[in-house]
Amino acid sequence: MTPIARLVRDPIDPTALLRGIANPANGAVVLFLGVVRDVNDGRAVTGIEYSAYESMAARELAAIAAEAAERFGTNDIVIEHRLGELELEEASVAIAVAHPRRDGAYSASRWVIEELKRRVPIWKLEHYADGTREWVDPTRSPAVSAP
Amino acid sequence: MSVTVLLFASYADALGASRLALDVGEGATVSELLSRLRERAGAHALPPRPLVAVNEEYASPDRALRAGDTVAIIPPVAGG
Repeated sequence: MTPIARLVRDPIDPTALLRGIANPANGAVVLFLGVVRDVNDGRAVTGIEYSAYESMAARELAAIAAEAAERFGTNDIVIEHRLGELELEEASVAIAVAHPRRDGAYSASRWVIEELKRRVPIWKLEHYADGTREWVDPTRSPAVSAP
Repeated sequence: MSVTVLLFASYADALGASRLALDVGEGATVSELLSRLRERAGAHALPPRPLVAVNEEYASPDRALRAGDTVAIIPPVAGG
């Protein structure tokens, strides 16, 4: 197969992703899910709305998948990122990598999520328990919390 | 010449638009376009050097623009 990357609006189905990268040449499969957490920066979160510069985000995701294939030596890579309204515990991103060896599978998975967070134009609007909403800015240092 | 400016997330909220047509001088750079954009209400929300993409590829401030380019001003990305 060739690496796959896509933006999706329906819930991510991890087992479908795993079926998509099944290949008897591989001895290791790593599945990473990023899920919506109930707290961020000390505030109670009730959900997240994801939006994107969709055409560019799709290009960047595809470029990351292709670069990972080249860099780590496996084509068995699928990346899916959700857009729209997500509830707590729902997966916002899934990265499935299969590789002949576990080192390659773990390394590729980690590299993909870090690149995705660095360069794919996707934004999240967090909804808080107090009814407010705010765009998440990862470049802003988090509020200092008590030890 | 006219270029299309795309705004997203917090920047779209601050400037009250997600898409604008702006006139800039022939061969204007990304930073000259940003100066023009800063004349608009709400532009104080833009940082000194925001991320910019021209025609869906990240571009530097000194990138020269052409008529019809699509220039996206990209807030800090928060995927994952």
